[in-house]
Amino acid sequence: MRAVREDVTEHHGAAVDGALSRRLKALACTAPLHDLDARKAKLDWADASVYQMAEIALHTIDQVTVAMDFDTGADHEQIVQRLLPFIAAQAPQRPPAEHERVARWVLDNLINVGSVERGFRHVYGAVGADGSYQRRAFDFKLLVELATPAGEVYLRASDEAINVLVGALDTDVESAQVAAEVKLENLITRGRLAEAKLAAEQARYRTVQYGETLRSMLEATRRDVRTVDWEEAIPQLLDSALEHIESRFRAENAILRNITAARDEADDPDHKKRAAELVEIVSDCITRHTQLQARLQAAGATFRAEQDRQEFSGPARRGGVDLFGQLLVPALGVPVRDAVAPVEEYFTAASGTSVPAAATLPSLVSMLLRPAPEREKVVGEIPDPELTPSDQRGRFTDRHWELADELFTRHEAPRRLSELLEEARAVDDELPLLVALRATHSYGADVATALRQGSGAALLAVDDGTPLRDSRFGGSDLLVAMVALDSGSDGAGEEAEHAVAADAATVAGPE
Amino acid sequence: MGAADAEAAARLIAYGLRPKQVPARDAGYSDLVRRYHADSQFKQLAHAVAAGLGLLVLEVNQQAGAVLAATDESVFEIKMDNYARQSKIRERRETEKVLHGVIHLATAALAFPRPDDLANDTYVGRVSVEQVDSVVREACRILDERAAQADENDDPLSDAPELEQAWRVYARRPAAAATKDGRLAPDTTRGMISRALRFLAEQGFLVHINSDRGGTYRTTPRYQIQVRELAADRAFSELLDLDVVAVADDVGTLRAASSETL
Repeated sequence: MRAVREDVTEHHGAAVDGALSRRLKALACTAPLHDLDARKAKLDWADASVYQMAEIALHTIDQVTVAMDFDTGADHEQIVQRLLPFIAAQAPQRPPAEHERVARWVLDNLINVGSVERGFRHVYGAVGADGSYQRRAFDFKLLVELATPAGEVYLRASDEAINVLVGALDTDVESAQVAAEVKLENLITRGRLAEAKLAAEQARYRTVQYGETLRSMLEATRRDVRTVDWEEAIPQLLDSALEHIESRFRAENAILRNITAARDEADDPDHKKRAAELVEIVSDCITRHTQLQARLQAAGATFRAEQDRQEFSGPARRGGVDLFGQLLVPALGVPVRDAVAPVEEYFTAASGTSVPAAATLPSLVSMLLRPAPEREKVVGEIPDPELTPSDQRGRFTDRHWELADELFTRHEAPRRLSELLEEARAVDDELPLLVALRATHSYGADVATALRQGSGAALLAVDDGTPLRDSRFGGSDLLVAMVALDSGSDGAGEEAEHAVAADAATVAGPE
Repeated sequence: MGAADAEAAARLIAYGLRPKQVPARDAGYSDLVRRYHADSQFKQLAHAVAAGLGLLVLEVNQQAGAVLAATDESVFEIKMDNYARQSKIRERRETEKVLHGVIHLATAALAFPRPDDLANDTYVGRVSVEQVDSVVREACRILDERAAQADENDDPLSDAPELEQAWRVYARRPAAAATKDGRLAPDTTRGMISRALRFLAEQGFLVHINSDRGGTYRTTPRYQIQVRELAADRAFSELLDLDVVAVADDVGTLRAASSETL
């Protein structure tokens, strides 16, 4: 493998490497989705194997992308509600509460709740300039949480997610657009509705993308008109967005006419349903295009208004430090290790002074004697719980446990469960049940846990296949021994555990 | 100069240690400021008192009062370690410190976008939590584009996190996160920014106007002096040592826009 790699880099150099890491990154973006399916079996609150988690995740990203409008996306609740029908369809017999939990689990995992950065990291290898192999980290997010000015948190899909979803990795949007249109016309003439629906959805994503870009441009213009290139870049963007709308309007009105007719004429209920779906999507597309067009028309006016408003700035007085260009950007550009000194220096110099509290003896005494501050403002009064003594007593008394311990430790060698039961029966009527239960519990006991908790001894039971003959209990006649644990030699404990774990499961309990 | 003069000089410094007090609202303070400008011996005495306490007089005027800065190891110094104390994990301390420092820098950069604004004594800047975040993210975007143009792989090395550029750390940190009780999560950038702005307001550098855009503040003359006379230069010389700054023209370089998704 290594030889092949070296060969490749020798012949093709950086070009191959660039494409390779681009593909690796594209691959990495799908990893969180696969990971969901891999981990679903480990969920302890439901048997989640019936759910197709990757499908739900893709559907989630779809829903978030569609909800991304000019101003906000959707909040967590809305997304969960929109996911429910899809999840319910996968497992209709399960309770709705579980569906909701699955939706939240998938959503949380796509955001990666629990990590500070709420994102994903994928480590990949690349050949550096000097030809050596380096491990680099690729950080990405799928769903991003943002706050509205009012402080509510809502979701947006990241560029990575949109790219994974639309499947247009590393391709030119414009050309993909043209291709999609040609495809659409063909589809209509051949009557293939499912793919027409897909193409219409893709066009809708593009419109969302245009809207996003325009929104960020206008926001920047409002901050400072000079920060946006209104001479070339923006007119170009406006033109291409207008072209997009124009062509889509034509295409979509045609589709709407054809498909509406198809929907009304279709006899097959399935065809009828799918045509109806397409009509709905296309109508939504047209609404979105109209929205984008309105924004495009207002863009020029925004620019002129902001230009007028921001024109009043005085002439240059004297040179000072350009805080953004000379301090902020360079400080962000250097590695974390180097950035500490400048920002710390800045902070100390810009934070002013603090007056340390100096106490005289009289004030110190009164400070020490001051009653603890009342915390009512924070949590309110904590009600004293009324506790009633529990009625439930254990079935076995302490005496029973002592007797059982004594039975287990009487001999060093492992003993048959049947013998132990006989001996127990001779002492007390209830004792055999406790002995049987403890023996069963110790079958497959976690020796590692006992070691960690610092117990000096653990009860171990091993099944050698002998059936238990007893008047009251059934199952295997286990070999039971109290084993002393030496915390110094971990290996021995683990071996014992493996030996037990390797044995077949058994049933030994009250009949 | 006698004991009474020394007391007056010390009183001026004591006023300076209460950053929210201004001469316009206190006749005694105002008289002392006037005397500081008229009486050069009194001025020297005030500087001497300040130096003895471990303070530096940056400026004394009627708008801002006495603006003081703590010298190294002074009891009045605010240490970044104390400010960024929240971080529990040792290895992350550097990262947290850089994030907090960058936020304070960005607040000043947004309050005074052009070198002019910093120099103009009558300029009043406005900042809000939302804008500070977008300024830093804008800077991150510029650096990201620069990195993309450089056309070499500059994704961080996975086994040397301290060599990762600061902008990547900031860009990766979420702006907001949903919490169970609907408050701002403290380790998101908006949480950190609103803490920084509240801190600056307590220090008499900002005045809270309203809670639009996550909290909007205006600057005080004191803040302008503090940044212009001391903080910017200190940070600038540190960055000069790293050889990463260039001397720029007087237009300012805060720019925005260009596409992200297309």
